[in-house]
Amino acid sequence: MSEFGLGRMTFGSLFKKPETLLYPLETKPAPEGLKGHIVIKVDDCILCGICERTCPCSAIKVSKPDRTWEINRFQCVQCGSCVRACPKKCLSMDPSYTSPSAQIYTDSFSIPEKEKPAKAEPNSLASETTLFAHQSPCQTAGRFPHEFIDESRRSR
Amino acid sequence: MSKATIIPFGPQHPVLPEPLHLDLVVEDETVVEAIPQIGFVHRGLEKLVETRDYNQFIYVAERICGICAFGHSLGYAETVESLMGVEVPKRAEYLRVIWHELSRVHSHLLWLGLAADAFGFESLFMHCWRLRERILDIFEKTTGGRVILSVVSVGGVNRDINASQMDEIIHTLEGIEHDYHEIMQVMLNDGSVKNRTVGVGYISHESALDLCMVGPFARASNVAYDVRMFGHGGYGELSDFQPLCATEGDCYARVKVRCEEVLQSIAIIKEMAAKIPAGDIAVPVKGSPAAGAEAANVLEQPRGECYYYARGNGTKYLDRMRMRTPTSQNLAGMVSVLEGCDLADVNMIILTIDPCISCTER
Repeated sequence: MSEFGLGRMTFGSLFKKPETLLYPLETKPAPEGLKGHIVIKVDDCILCGICERTCPCSAIKVSKPDRTWEINRFQCVQCGSCVRACPKKCLSMDPSYTSPSAQIYTDSFSIPEKEKPAKAEPNSLASETTLFAHQSPCQTAGRFPHEFIDESRRSR
Repeated sequence: MSKATIIPFGPQHPVLPEPLHLDLVVEDETVVEAIPQIGFVHRGLEKLVETRDYNQFIYVAERICGICAFGHSLGYAETVESLMGVEVPKRAEYLRVIWHELSRVHSHLLWLGLAADAFGFESLFMHCWRLRERILDIFEKTTGGRVILSVVSVGGVNRDINASQMDEIIHTLEGIEHDYHEIMQVMLNDGSVKNRTVGVGYISHESALDLCMVGPFARASNVAYDVRMFGHGGYGELSDFQPLCATEGDCYARVKVRCEEVLQSIAIIKEMAAKIPAGDIAVPVKGSPAAGAEAANVLEQPRGECYYYARGNGTKYLDRMRMRTPTSQNLAGMVSVLEGCDLADVNMIILTIDPCISCTER
């Protein structure tokens, strides 16, 4: 009798919607959380390099002097470590796959210069307070605030 | 007396999804000896632990094998957590069990399809893989990946399953269960399937114990050993768990055990989904494993018990990471079963043992 059960199921498949898709004519809608590819919001990036250090497959290269953020899509394994580690939340996982390519390439993004805060007046307590009050440590782009070294009233 | 002939079997063979080579010493149509050879897909992944920190190695561990991917990341994470004394939140433990059991269902359905293909039952093969596809869709929706999930982290999991997704999982599993009963009926009762499996590749209970066999291969010879019965992690919250065993010890028994384990896994997922507590899904893990600290862990992979060992050296890089996979345990049993079998039964016997060479060689 068991053959009839499977036969019924197989026969029924003739009248159902096909389980397969006619790719590439048809594509499956991507679920919301699909790990497609990494995207970066360049305006928010502070070039701290945490993503580069976290990446298990060394797919990300961050260059502070050149102000570039590069990702080798062929090395990236979509683990999402960089997305979770980013302190500015400027990395995210887009739910779409990158298109196939016959050449290995690296996606490079230029990170625009941030507007520097107004330089503090030498003897103005109010302006010095303003310099650091609106800056979290991250907002100094991961660098030591060199403006502070030359500050005449810096405690020594 | 007939002359012995050596027939090479694999590493490329239609019945083998992975590269295993066997030198079959044959007299007439009977195999008198089988000499296995592995080493075709060795990648040295254990050595990579020296250059990837303990968080990064999770993504290496889950690439040991595509089918057991979640299991390896879970086994490794649990070992490191035990090395560092990390307590995982309850919700994360439940989620881990749900994904691990879904992996088992997908692995067994894949295997049932391959077995059906091996004895030439193409429509059965298609139906098994059709159901497996729905499990992969669940993975895609809940983790973002179909095979490599990357959801386990040291200290918990990276993603949560919300209530609507959980309902969808249960709904999908109920649909699978309905179709699966038909498939199971054919696998266990169809004459053409039984002709290829009943009485083929017999191994006794005593031999299974002597050869230290694990997983469904051992349970088919009535060895009631399943790591899940120890209640590690979320498995401790199950109301009842008994290993599923068969007494026949042949290919049919191995098919039966795996068929029943699919239903058992679905029942576990349903129970976990009903009981899952609210709360955090991960705890932050700081610091590094202490120098000389050691930890061991066992996990029931779809193919059987997998053993993990880790040793710290005071840095974020582990000193040593070692795994003993179920297939390496079962190779001795496989060679023993092959001795004396018919040449035509070799592919069926090898398939019912379900060797995973990628895990074994790492």
